[in-house]
Amino acid sequence: MGLLNLNGITKSFGAIHALNGVDLSIDPGEAVGLMGDNGAGKSTLMKIIAGNFKPTSGEIRIEDKSVEFHKPIDARHAGIEIVYQDLALCDNLTAAANVFLGREAKKRIGPFSWLDHGAMYKRAGELFSELKSETRPRDLVRQMSGGQRQAVAIARTRLSDPKLVLMDEPTAAISVRQVAEVLALIKRLKDTGHAVILVSHRMPDVFDVCDRVAVLRRGTKVADKHIKETSPEEVTGLITGAIEAA
Amino acid sequence: MTEELTDQKQRRHPGRGPVDTLNEMDHAAIDESITSRQEVSGFGSMIRTQPFWVFLAILAIGIVMTFVSDAFMTERNMFNITRNFAFFGIMALGMSAVICTAGIDLSVGSLLGLCAITLGLTMQAGWGIEVGFVVCMLTAAAVGAINGVLIAYLKMAPFVVTLGMLAMARSIAMVISNNKMIYEFGPDMELFEWIGGESMLGVPNVVWVLILMTAGFWWVWRYSTWGRWVIAIGGNAQAAKLSGIPVERMIVSVYMVCSMCTGLAAFMFIGYTGSATNGMGVTYELNVIAASVIGGANLMGGVVYALGAPIGAALVELIRNSLLLAGIPALWQQFFVGLFLILAVLLEQIRSRGRS
Ligand SMILES: Nc1ncnc2c1ncn2[C@@H]1O[C@H](COP(=O)(O)OP(=O)(O)OP(=O)(O)O)[C@@H](O)[C@H]1O
Ligand SMILES: [Mg+2]
Repeated sequence: MGLLNLNGITKSFGAIHALNGVDLSIDPGEAVGLMGDNGAGKSTLMKIIAGNFKPTSGEIRIEDKSVEFHKPIDARHAGIEIVYQDLALCDNLTAAANVFLGREAKKRIGPFSWLDHGAMYKRAGELFSELKSETRPRDLVRQMSGGQRQAVAIARTRLSDPKLVLMDEPTAAISVRQVAEVLALIKRLKDTGHAVILVSHRMPDVFDVCDRVAVLRRGTKVADKHIKETSPEEVTGLITGAIEAA
Repeated sequence: MTEELTDQKQRRHPGRGPVDTLNEMDHAAIDESITSRQEVSGFGSMIRTQPFWVFLAILAIGIVMTFVSDAFMTERNMFNITRNFAFFGIMALGMSAVICTAGIDLSVGSLLGLCAITLGLTMQAGWGIEVGFVVCMLTAAAVGAINGVLIAYLKMAPFVVTLGMLAMARSIAMVISNNKMIYEFGPDMELFEWIGGESMLGVPNVVWVLILMTAGFWWVWRYSTWGRWVIAIGGNAQAAKLSGIPVERMIVSVYMVCSMCTGLAAFMFIGYTGSATNGMGVTYELNVIAASVIGGANLMGGVVYALGAPIGAALVELIRNSLLLAGIPALWQQFFVGLFLILAVLLEQIRSRGRS
């Protein structure tokens, strides 16, 4: 019994067939690398798991129960957190406000409640230092570097204790040091029994932290192998189509 | 500069294959330079806000006017200025919320007229002031809800929806009033006119209402989830939606809040003038939007200041009053309101260019 099982997921946008019957499963504590060329359908698959899109057909099972997500919040309630490729941040809010967006910390007295800025700044600060990121909770996201924005998006997934974390190219715009931190974080997540799906174009990252690698080509899964049973050369061939399938 | 450009490119076109080492060095350098930038707070952040600069402009005009006219600094004149701008200030508080979502509400002037008529007819028919108030606010809430639903759920442009409402609300006011003026407000007429027209502790009642509402909105923008979510929607509606914020419902509520601010202003305004006509509030949308924008609301969305609305409204009224006292023909009024509106937007542009 896996944590997540995708059975025959298909997604069409009008005439575009972004995904054709993709199966994928993942166990607790496992990290799967999802690779593929631009437009292969990686982000689309992630968004389906995160409840942004409904699949045209196919089934999503979580802990052996069939689920249907109508909104991102449904997926979040099911224990799935996602770092979007475009990060999905509000530029006009502070880092802390973005981390807590949609689930703000509040203070209560009787029927009254109000935003607990102090608690949010403190918790966000802790999350950033956990990520070894020099992001200050009170800074506006507008004035942040790519790496800091990434840290904000990743910190968001750490607020709850999700079962599955989806990361859509979390290392695309960040420094060497921060890439190492993100990879360390993924390892920590695995050690604590969380599952991670990592979408990346960076071969070394995938081979460093992932247990398995799945390759999508034009909406079809052409390989799903243990990292030990494959090599960067083979994966490259699978991505480009030089190798048909494995 | 070039480093920043590289960074931007990386972000816009992620997934362009493995990032080479040279680029990563650049990112590290950028991170360093940005982390060393100091955080601003307190006075530093206050002088970065639009309301602060508009407030300075108000002081400057005020000082000049004390020399131009002896009548300016009198208690009577100050009383009049504050009372006059309070009506616009109340409406601008709601308009600022709409503008914060990158929307606009052109129907507030017509809604003022419609509320005047439904309120007037109710009280004229012999109902008490409570019923009159409820009818007035329900009228406003209904108009706001219609605007909001069309904009949020049918994804229509706020400009078009509220422009249509501007025409429709005015027309309905004319139809149900039979084009007659109402100046009989039933058994509670005296209390009604006291609320809108009189004062407590030397301050007009409507100014008290404005003060309370500004304080209320200040709290809402700073401490409520609703306020935080509205600002988030103005910043990036897509991101807000992905975070689980019910964006459509929020937008409907924002248009309702804006309309209900106008409803409240109508209630006070009719009490003050002592009569209701279906022509009330014609072109007020211009002054209200001008007040909001001068007060720092950004039409691109995502920016709102509670204090901006009364300060912007104060500047608009101050211009009117100053021209009057300086003996400049009233025909110039709209010219200067428009001029300051454009200057305010220009100021905002210059400030944001300075930031980036
Ligand atoms: N909302 C949408 N509407 C229409 N077509 C879409 C939409 N989202 C994605 N597509 C299409 O689906 C296909 C797969 O896109 P997807 O974003 O999943 O690719 P990807 O593998 O994430 O690529 P990249 O590496 O560039 O991020 C593309 O052809 C894209 O144009
Ligand atoms: Mg993608």
